[in-house]
Amino acid sequence: MELFFFSLFALISVVCAINVVLQKHPISSALSLIGVMGSLAVMYLALGAEFIAMAQIIVYAGAIMVLFIFVIMLLNAGAESSRGRSWIVQVLGFPLMVALLGVLCYFSMQWFPDSGFVKFGDFQGGGAQQVGYALFTDYLLPFEVTSVLILIAIIGAIVLARKEMD
Amino acid sequence: MLAFLIITAVKLAIIAGVFMTTLAYLQWVERKVIAHVQVRMGPSRVGPHGLLQPLADVIKLITKEGVLPPHVNKFFYLLAPFLAVFMALISISIIPFGTSITIPAFTIGSTVFGPYQTMMELADLNIGVLFILAISSLGVYGIALAGWSSNNKYALLGGLRSSAQMISYELPMSLAIAAPLLSAGTLSLRGISDSQAGYYLGFIPHWAIFQMPFPQIFSFILFMIAAFAETNRIPFDLPEAENELVAGFHVEYSSMTFASFFMAEYANMVTVCSVATLLFLGGWHPLFPASLGSNFVAPLILFIAGAVCIYHGLNPARPLDRITLPVFGVMFFALAGLMAIPQLVPILTPLFWFLAKVGFLLFVFIWIRATLPRFRYDQLMSFAWKFMFPAALINLLITGFLVAWFS
Repeated sequence: MELFFFSLFALISVVCAINVVLQKHPISSALSLIGVMGSLAVMYLALGAEFIAMAQIIVYAGAIMVLFIFVIMLLNAGAESSRGRSWIVQVLGFPLMVALLGVLCYFSMQWFPDSGFVKFGDFQGGGAQQVGYALFTDYLLPFEVTSVLILIAIIGAIVLARKEMD
Repeated sequence: MLAFLIITAVKLAIIAGVFMTTLAYLQWVERKVIAHVQVRMGPSRVGPHGLLQPLADVIKLITKEGVLPPHVNKFFYLLAPFLAVFMALISISIIPFGTSITIPAFTIGSTVFGPYQTMMELADLNIGVLFILAISSLGVYGIALAGWSSNNKYALLGGLRSSAQMISYELPMSLAIAAPLLSAGTLSLRGISDSQAGYYLGFIPHWAIFQMPFPQIFSFILFMIAAFAETNRIPFDLPEAENELVAGFHVEYSSMTFASFFMAEYANMVTVCSVATLLFLGGWHPLFPASLGSNFVAPLILFIAGAVCIYHGLNPARPLDRITLPVFGVMFFALAGLMAIPQLVPILTPLFWFLAKVGFLLFVFIWIRATLPRFRYDQLMSFAWKFMFPAALINLLITGFLVAWFS
């Protein structure tokens, strides 16, 4: 059952991810990206991390991608015109990508040699309570640093917007 | 396993059927209520008191020609209403309506089945509140895509307004939801409702809006205001403002695709009212304890409604009322009798209280539509960011502090 859902949503996420690159129109790409986020959320759910799954949908699919689509609609961006690609990209692009993936696989196998297959339903403690507890005990410093980072971003946005208003 | 599948299928059929009928009749209720607020009659031609009007509307909308304008982006134009309806209808699957139902053991032939016990809901997620928030944040895509793919400037403006408005009001709504969660200590909707059982001093209900240490009445008001914006209802219906944008995001839609946006709006209304009931108004827990007679409220109200119907049927304002009103009266009496059967009281009374609260909130939605004018767009945005957001934040802060202090 879990294997079936994993295969299904892994397939959907890979197809959507390829579609993000292939689509000519930005709105189609953005919607494919939502498909990727949604299927990732389903995988988190299958792994037992239900809080992360919902946060994934609320934050990425619900907030960030809405902003993306909002900006695309506001700028009324049309279909992208494909420029002529250089011969290096045309010839070497795909082989290089396969090589990069191979290298990544090799190193992850090297660094984590004893890691087995992921078992679905083994992991407990992905609920809101456990995530919150972990955030405010073990990971308190990264959490606070992230909030400061976001604060800096907000201040930067306000500064940029104010310049335009004057 | 088989029993579980059958019970779930039956529950699914009941909930889907009742929900769809409710959506169709909500339109009738809305038109009737607004008409009476404005001293008109409302729909009255199709069937007694216009009661068959929703049926006529559905037949009209299905049989009308669905026009596909030549200038639209076809794929997204057809995807948008589907997305809107899907996101609106899926939330009802995790709303609990009442306590559990027990089906006693029975025998068919020589095999004994049961007894079965089932909860009055489709699924009890332990992250129910987050699920509702996630689905409601995805609901904006239907409207935004409809506005964009129509390739029409009014529709595009409607879609833009809607996405900006829903992002802005999602923040105060989430913060307003977070406050009662602090005292409930769970994210499951059933758990939240159960945490509000019981009474202070024997008669003040333990609902979140009365709950100590800090009554959540402010969260409730903030949530309801944000809910109006999330469902695009007056006074926040800027995405479909008729006198500015013709019809806003659905200006290019016709027939069932047009109707599906309305279905989504009404479904969102029902969902939001159910969530407000579960989070703030104690779900299916009655206003006063059973020792003071809260079990008799349902039959009494239905009996009075039946008596009023029969009285007006005996003194009819219109000739037809002589037949229709007594029939309604008898139906109300039958319902009152059903509510008073002792075996059914533990099932029907919580259901009655839940539906009564949801119905009242839906009435408030319609009432406000009949009363208030529309906001201006800049007022809408500054209201969200300069009043709602700080107010919700302060409310959450005080609640968190007091919950930590008293626990």
